[in-house]
Amino acid sequence: MSHNSDETNKHTEGEHSGRRDFLKFGLLTAGLTAVGGGLTKVFSEEADSGEKVKVLTTDGMLVEVDAAHLKKHDCCGASPDKSREGIPGKKYVMVIDLSRCKNALKCQKACQKHHLLPEQDKWLKVYKMQDAPEASPYWMPKPCLHCDKPPCVKVCPVDATFKRSDGLVLIDNERCIGCRFCMAACPYSTRTFNWEEPLQPANVADMSYSPETSTPRKKGTVEKCDFCPDMLKQGKLPHCVSSCPNGVYYFGDANEDTVTNGDETLRFKQLLKDKAGYRYMESLGTEPSVYYLPPVNRLFPFEEEEPEEKTDEKAEQKS
Amino acid sequence: MEDSIKPTNELEAIDMLHRYNQDMLPQKFGKAGKIWVIILCVIIAFGLFNYVRQLRQGLSITGLSDTVSWGIYISNFVFFVAVSLVGSLITAVLYLLNVNWRAPLTRISEVIAVAAIMFAGIIIIVDMGRPDRILNMFIHGRIQSPIVWDVIVVMTYMVISILLLYFPLLPSIAFCRDTLTNIPKWQKKMYTLLSLGWKNKPEQYKLVKRAVTILSVMIIPVALSIHTVTSWLFATTYRPGWDSTNFGAYFVAGAFMVGAAAVIAGMSVLRKFYARYDEYFTDKHFDRMGKLLVLLSFVYLYFTVNEYFIPGYKMKGEEGAHLRELFIGQYAPMFWAVQLFGMIIPIIVLMFERGRKPVPIFIMSIFVIIGAWFKRYLIVVPTMLHPFLPLQQIPESAKHYFPTLAEWSITTASLAGALLLITLFVRYFPIISIWEVAEERGIPHDTIYEHLNEKS
Repeated sequence: MSHNSDETNKHTEGEHSGRRDFLKFGLLTAGLTAVGGGLTKVFSEEADSGEKVKVLTTDGMLVEVDAAHLKKHDCCGASPDKSREGIPGKKYVMVIDLSRCKNALKCQKACQKHHLLPEQDKWLKVYKMQDAPEASPYWMPKPCLHCDKPPCVKVCPVDATFKRSDGLVLIDNERCIGCRFCMAACPYSTRTFNWEEPLQPANVADMSYSPETSTPRKKGTVEKCDFCPDMLKQGKLPHCVSSCPNGVYYFGDANEDTVTNGDETLRFKQLLKDKAGYRYMESLGTEPSVYYLPPVNRLFPFEEEEPEEKTDEKAEQKS
Repeated sequence: MEDSIKPTNELEAIDMLHRYNQDMLPQKFGKAGKIWVIILCVIIAFGLFNYVRQLRQGLSITGLSDTVSWGIYISNFVFFVAVSLVGSLITAVLYLLNVNWRAPLTRISEVIAVAAIMFAGIIIIVDMGRPDRILNMFIHGRIQSPIVWDVIVVMTYMVISILLLYFPLLPSIAFCRDTLTNIPKWQKKMYTLLSLGWKNKPEQYKLVKRAVTILSVMIIPVALSIHTVTSWLFATTYRPGWDSTNFGAYFVAGAFMVGAAAVIAGMSVLRKFYARYDEYFTDKHFDRMGKLLVLLSFVYLYFTVNEYFIPGYKMKGEEGAHLRELFIGQYAPMFWAVQLFGMIIPIIVLMFERGRKPVPIFIMSIFVIIGAWFKRYLIVVPTMLHPFLPLQQIPESAKHYFPTLAEWSITTASLAGALLLITLFVRYFPIISIWEVAEERGIPHDTIYEHLNEKS
């Protein structure tokens, strides 16, 4: 069931008109204070409630409808079909500067919060890596690498996971059959599975599904980091990027040759050139969209036990 | 030699046919048979109960995690696909090679093949997170995905196997229809329906024979495909332990081996519980199947050495870590037990003539079958525990895998289901194809056509 009304579909067509519609939709949402607040809005589909509400349509008309007739609607994720088209003209890339990461895990917290993920499902992990016994260990954040030759997409039997023109690899969880071949195929341990009915707020569970927000999460299906396309459509940065206190993550568009970590904006190719950027396990030929800068001239000394890590492990032991 | 008794004249031939018919009439279960069926039904009922739980709660009732996302459902699937290859081996390969002792074994091996391939299909649905969306395979199927290849070849193989079982069965069903009188109405009706109006005409036999020849040729490439493609479900990934070009041949060799063992086990059980079956499953048959099993085991040994020795010589990075776990680590006891009991000991025992007598060969075939099941566990699970990235930032439970009771119960229920299917077949249909045996033993065609379905 994915009946996104026309105005949602419209703002996927172009960023410009998207913003305009988004504003209008914001007004609409503001006018209706029936349920919850924020970006998402959920209305029930029950019989006439008798309660009339005034609604401003996208073409500026003020109409009165029964509150119960308002369709379920969310603002930023397109329908599964529309989600298959990338944002035109974009080729998203990420550069992760390993010399700046101190395992603060703010990125992970923001990701968990925004995607309503429970403790055990982490779409973004920060690994403690060590390349040789004598080499110093370092922290390596790892989102989905959104490969240009994605092994997961190749093996999917039903085209539930797909590659978009803007470089994103997303999953349509209204189509996924839960065979988990993609999890076996991914060399980067990126994908997680909903082994049971996911815990999520009731109003979220009732929303219409969008691969662009990966919500509501669905039992028996595979999910992963999605690069927050709902943010990208608003011209904003993914949550991990904007929440990092140390500017580890640069995000941007390879076509524009520009990446930013929120503080500084750099030339993508020049950055890779200057700091000897590389991709994790290049030899596999998956061509990730995520690049790493080596952990040299570090901002922080490597410290094994971060307070966050400790609490993490305690929580793990409890569960 | 018992299996080469040839009739000297027509009267003797007719007499032989009558006797065969009498021997092959389906018999009601004895006490042991009833207990066996009840045990199977209890196991299946418990498995079904757990599957309903799994449907409601999700796969969280299994021991699977994001690390080990494929477990015993998948290894059991591989096992079933492997066993099902036997149908093509006995029915098709030996048939096309004109082996003159295969006739009594064809039906039992084809029944094992059909039961195994059906439950392979069932267990793979059990493994799905969203079995309610199975039709997406047909609506949105993508030919690039090895799973789609597998669905195509497994379904083709199932159809050909069922036909290979069914066509030569027609005279037998007609015989039951015409001969069995003291049976319930539904059973009579079933025979009438399934016999498709078989009238024992020479043209009908000729048609069946032609169909069997065509199907035998067709099934061989399909049989090789099912297990090769099943191996590709693993070999098309990057994972250490699966990323192997040897996998197709290795899987097919192992499949022929366990399939031959399954037929030997089936023969042994039938011979034990049905009087006079030793005339059809003779010591000579056990001896020859034993030799065949040794040959297939050597082929498997060859591919096993290739699969483990060469990467083991290099001990390359992640592959090395995976192999170390198998050779001397956590999985070493299972790994070596499987090599020893599932391959080395059977090879040694079966090389001796005394080892190919019905009792020792039965024990060896059970070793091979159990070894083959755990072998597939070792192919699936340890690899999943060794991804490229370290096991960090995951719950403790995701760093190990042990199947839960529910998972074991569902898996054993699928095995019990296959056994029940075979058992019920033996209960209601002649498990030896009389006309093929008669043909093999030199009874002239005309005599067979004329007298096959007569009462003595």
